[in-house]
Amino acid sequence: MPRVRVIVTLKPSLLDSAGRTVADSLAKLGYAELSSARIGKVIDLEVSSFDEARVKEMCDKLLANPVIEDYHIEGVIE
Amino acid sequence: MKIAVLKFPGSNCDQDALHSLRDDLNIQAEYVWQDETSLIGFDGVFLPGGFSYGDYLRCGAMASRSPIMEEVRRFANEGRPVIGACNGFQVLCEAEILPGALLRNLHEKFICQDVFLRAETRRSPWTEGVQGTVRIPIAHGEGRYVASDDLLKRLEDKDQIAFRYVNASGEQSEASNVNGSVGAIAGVLNEKGNVLGLMPHPERATRARLGSIDGRSILRAFTLVAA
Repeated sequence: MPRVRVIVTLKPSLLDSAGRTVADSLAKLGYAELSSARIGKVIDLEVSSFDEARVKEMCDKLLANPVIEDYHIEGVIE
Repeated sequence: MKIAVLKFPGSNCDQDALHSLRDDLNIQAEYVWQDETSLIGFDGVFLPGGFSYGDYLRCGAMASRSPIMEEVRRFANEGRPVIGACNGFQVLCEAEILPGALLRNLHEKFICQDVFLRAETRRSPWTEGVQGTVRIPIAHGEGRYVASDDLLKRLEDKDQIAFRYVNASGEQSEASNVNGSVGAIAGVLNEKGNVLGLMPHPERATRARLGSIDGRSILRAFTLVAA
């Protein structure tokens, strides 16, 4: 069965407080080159066959909230 | 007059809501589960707090797609009183019955404390009884209200901001905006003003033994509209 990967990220204009906390921790570990970290979600969907329009529908209906998030359908990963 | 207190898997303020309405405000209330498809016989809706569906994916995301939410949408459109507190607010935003969204608190901490609120409008039954500042508890990790600049302007133009976080003197300060919400917004209304979503818990402030009775001035809206 094909596995389809969807990546959901917080819109760049919004402050990602979790990502900021991670960035602070990395900075404390000595990674001075780091200026920010942002955390998104990886969602792998196992489907009987890959239909991009159907996966887009899943994203629009539930997987991502257009008010705060962007999504990207990576396609079949295996 | 009878109010539906919704229950989703993971709701945990449903009993508080039910008993607050029944015992402290003398309002008839009954539970309605998420898979029900009718609110016939009810006059208003209370969406309680909690962690519906474990807060998986996004707070309120799965609950907002439950069958009962079509009825809540109908109630909202018909001008009947609907309130969502905490997780209930998140559900209403996810359902797009209310605008905006709620993200993790600015400082990443779960905050459990009393806050002071100031009603920002008198045009809604949810706020018209609120005098001065009220003290109501909050308990949330994801209550930072966010809205685009356009939306924020629209909310102000259409008088949809219900409550802001303030200090005990009723003034806004950085410290009083506990979760970092845009404009210190604690609660918003739909355009008609019959739907309120707020992060604080008015149902936890309806009897003296709980430390505050200020929640009554908000929940009394049910008796005004649904009478």
